[in-house]
Amino acid sequence: MIAREIEARGIPTICMSSAFSITAAVNPPRAVFLDFPLGHTAGKADDKGLQRKIMIDTLSALDSIQVPGTIRPLPYRWAEDDVWKDSVMRPDPAGKHNDSRIERNEEPQYQSDADRQEAAATLAAGGCATCFFPG
Amino acid sequence: MADPVDYIQRTLDQYAALGYPPYRWVTNEDTPPFTPLAKPLAKSTVALIASGGIYRRGQIAFHFKDDLSFRAIAANTHASELRVSHFAYDMTDARKDPNVVFPLETLKDLAGLSRIAKAADNAYTFMGGIYSARRVRDILAPALADRLVKDEVDVAIMVPA
Repeated sequence: MIAREIEARGIPTICMSSAFSITAAVNPPRAVFLDFPLGHTAGKADDKGLQRKIMIDTLSALDSIQVPGTIRPLPYRWAEDDVWKDSVMRPDPAGKHNDSRIERNEEPQYQSDADRQEAAATLAAGGCATCFFPG
Repeated sequence: MADPVDYIQRTLDQYAALGYPPYRWVTNEDTPPFTPLAKPLAKSTVALIASGGIYRRGQIAFHFKDDLSFRAIAANTHASELRVSHFAYDMTDARKDPNVVFPLETLKDLAGLSRIAKAADNAYTFMGGIYSARRVRDILAPALADRLVKDEVDVAIMVPA
């Protein structure tokens, strides 16, 4: 959706994706699909070689896709088998409540208390110039 | 190889199991807008836009309830200054190596190899997981597009987590 807006403003885009069904549904101008678990859209941690290959393939797709809405699959596999796919986002088979999400509110969620204190210092020193709050 | 995980179906299953009404996923069946590249990538400034809740230390973190704000992350930001906070994916690897969801160093490496001219001076990050597609379309998307036009980038790479 954001890619469509940017593309409509004259800037070519490519979306990296690890969620094929979602990307196919929103139908962005161009996409690459990497069949990895969520949270690894651009590769595996500390594997610079793989991250670089994925980015080169992504740029190549940006350069060569001619048909709007193309999703080009990338040839990399997360593991030898696909066992990781079985447990992703499955309701509890017993039908019990397994929603572990914390209750959502509008409090900033800092990774650490030190971050919270640094952000408070930023605000005290005149505000966060690199934080944007549209709408 | 097994089929890709169908996150739409699994979300619908999960909402049903929790007793929620089904989430209405966006489906766009029209042909998307399409802008051809104006110049070779080796001469292009490349912008990076990522959801996934990434911020730089010192910035205000995102919140988890339909956060429509975004952050500018300077291209010279070191990976050790990046933070990740999100409700919808396992952040273990992203906290160890932010490049898995925010490939800024990867992009800068490719600039060093002359595959692109440069990473844009600013990358942009937001939260994602925003329930209202309409508010993303009407508020967040135009605001991000305005920034990219102002930054005079040539192309943009979008990275959801």
